[in-house]
Amino acid sequence: MTNPASAPVLAVRGLMKRFGGLVATDAVDLDVRAGEIHALIGPNGAGKTTLISQLFGELRPDGGTIALDGTVIDGLSTAQRVARGLARSFQITCLLSDYSVRDNVAIAVQVRQGHSFRFLANVRADRSLRAEADALLADAGLADRADEIVANLSHGERKQLELVVALANRPRLLLLDEPMAGLGHAESQQMITMLRGLKQTVAMLLVEHDMDAVFKLADRISVLVYGRVIATGSADEIRDHAEVRKAYLGEGDEAC
Amino acid sequence: MNGTSTFRPVLCLVVLVALVALPVFADATGQPALTSLATRILIYGIAAASLNLVLGYGGMVSFGHAAFFGIGGYVVGILYQHYAAGEPLLGLIPGSNQLLVTLPAAILVSGAFAALIGALSLRTSGVQFIMITLAFAQMLFFFFVSLKAYGGDDGLIIRRANEVPGLNMRDKQTVYYVCLTAAVIFFVLLWRVVNSRFGNVLVGLRQSERRMAAIGLPVYRYQLAAFVISGMGAGLAGALMANFMRFASPDMLHWTKSGELMVMVILGGVGTLFGPLAGAAVFIVLETVLAAWTEYWQLGVGAILLFVVLYTHGGVQALALRLVGRRP
Repeated sequence: MTNPASAPVLAVRGLMKRFGGLVATDAVDLDVRAGEIHALIGPNGAGKTTLISQLFGELRPDGGTIALDGTVIDGLSTAQRVARGLARSFQITCLLSDYSVRDNVAIAVQVRQGHSFRFLANVRADRSLRAEADALLADAGLADRADEIVANLSHGERKQLELVVALANRPRLLLLDEPMAGLGHAESQQMITMLRGLKQTVAMLLVEHDMDAVFKLADRISVLVYGRVIATGSADEIRDHAEVRKAYLGEGDEAC
Repeated sequence: MNGTSTFRPVLCLVVLVALVALPVFADATGQPALTSLATRILIYGIAAASLNLVLGYGGMVSFGHAAFFGIGGYVVGILYQHYAAGEPLLGLIPGSNQLLVTLPAAILVSGAFAALIGALSLRTSGVQFIMITLAFAQMLFFFFVSLKAYGGDDGLIIRRANEVPGLNMRDKQTVYYVCLTAAVIFFVLLWRVVNSRFGNVLVGLRQSERRMAAIGLPVYRYQLAAFVISGMGAGLAGALMANFMRFASPDMLHWTKSGELMVMVILGGVGTLFGPLAGAAVFIVLETVLAAWTEYWQLGVGAILLFVVLYTHGGVQALALRLVGRRP
C-alpha cells in the first residue's frame, strides 16, 4: 500500500518457472491496473494456467517477484494472498460437490470473515452467512438454485458458481482461468455481461480462448507463447501485431 | 419435512433410555454379561467416532488411531502403577487412581501425541498419509513392547479400577454408567463440533482441499486441529477401556486395532454422527456371537463387511434408515 494511486493492482517482474528442461514461465512482466480487465491469451501449453498458479501461490516460481497493491507477496501462502485480496476461478471447476450452491458461497464468506476455530455454535443457523451468500447468488441470477446440490448443476451453472465463490472473498484482483470454457453462446454472453458489470469494483486477469469474449471485455491483451510475453497492447494493437498473428492467430486467418 | 426433524431426536431419546435401562434389564433376565458387552460397545463407539471425525468428516484416512487409544490406556496404567508404588513418575509427577485426574491426563497426553504425529503425517496425503500414520502407530507399539518397566509385551495390570468419589467402581454396573456418561458428553460435544464453523470447513476439506485453499483457508492448520481432537477422543476411549479391563497392553496399539476401528466406522456409516457407535455395536456383537461358534470368526465379520460396503451404500445407519423408509 505504498502508493495506491499509481501502483498497479498486480505487478509481475521477471517471473521464471522451469520444469526440468522446459521453461514454462520465461521472464514474464505483467501489470494489471485498477479497474482493468487484462486478458492473457496464447496457444495451448503456452503456460497460462502455470502463471495463474504462481500468482495464486499454488506453485512456487524459480525467480522474479509478484506485487499486489505495491506489496511484494512472493513469500506468502495462498491463504495469505487470498486475505490480501486475490481470488481465482478454475478452468476445470473445483467446487464442494456434496454441498448446496448456497453452502459453497457461505463457506467462502465464513473463511473470509476470519478463523474458523469455532467449535460449538451451529453454522447453518448463522443468518449473516446465509444472507450474504443469498445476496451474492441473487446478483448472479442463481438465487433459485441456492438449495441445489452442486453435483446436480449444469456445466454453465458451475462456471457461474465458480465466479460467485471467488467474489465472496471480496477480491481486489480476480484471476479467471477460462471462465467461458465449455459454455454455450447464450451462457457466454451472460458471463460477459456479468464480468463487464464487475469491472468497476475488481480488476481482472482473464485467461481465455474465446476471442469474441476477449475482444469484447479486455482493456489490454498480453500474448503468451512458450512462456514468454511476446506482446502487450490494446485489442487493435494485438490484432495487427505481426508476431502475434504468426504465433497465435494464424497467418492471414481471422481470429479463431 | 416435519417427520425428519422429529425422527432423529426421538430415536436418540429411545436409544438413550434403552442404554440407561440396559443393566437393570440384564440383571432381571440373568444375563449380567450383557452389561459388559454394552460397556465395550460404548468405549469402542467413542474410539470409532473419534476416528470418524478425521476419516469420515475430514477425509484423512488415519490407519494409526490405535496409537492414541493405547496411549490413553497406558496413561491410566502408568499413573496407577506409580500410585500403587508410591513413587512419582520421573521423580516429579505423582501417580493417581482418581478417574477425574487420569481421564483428563489421558486425553491431554494422547492429544499431545496426536499433535506430534499429525504435524508430521499431514505433510503428506493419500496413500502416504495412511502408511505414515500406520508407521507411527507401529513404532509406539514396539516402544511399549520393549518398555519393561511397564510390563513390556505382557502389559500392565491395574489391580483396581480408578476411583470416583461417591461411586463404587468395583461394581460393573457403575463402570457401565460412568462409560455411558462419558459417551453422552462425548457425543453431545461431537455433535456440536461437526455442525460448527469448524465442522463446516472440515467437511469442505474432505470434498476439495484445493477449493478450501482457494477461498483462503490455511488447510494444514485445520487438518491438524481435527487430528488432535480425534486423538483426544481415542485417548479417552483407551483410558475407559483400561479401567474396564483393568489392564493396558501393547495390543491396544497394534495395527489390527486400528483396522478394527476402521471396520467399525465403515460398518456403521462413514461421516455420520452415530454410525460408528452402531458399527461398534455390530462388530462387537458379531465378534461375541461368531467367536462362540468358531475361532475363525473374523471370516464371518469379513463377509459381512464386504456385504455392507457393496450393498448398503453408507453402512448400518443408512440401511436402518432405508428400512424405515427414509433417505439416508
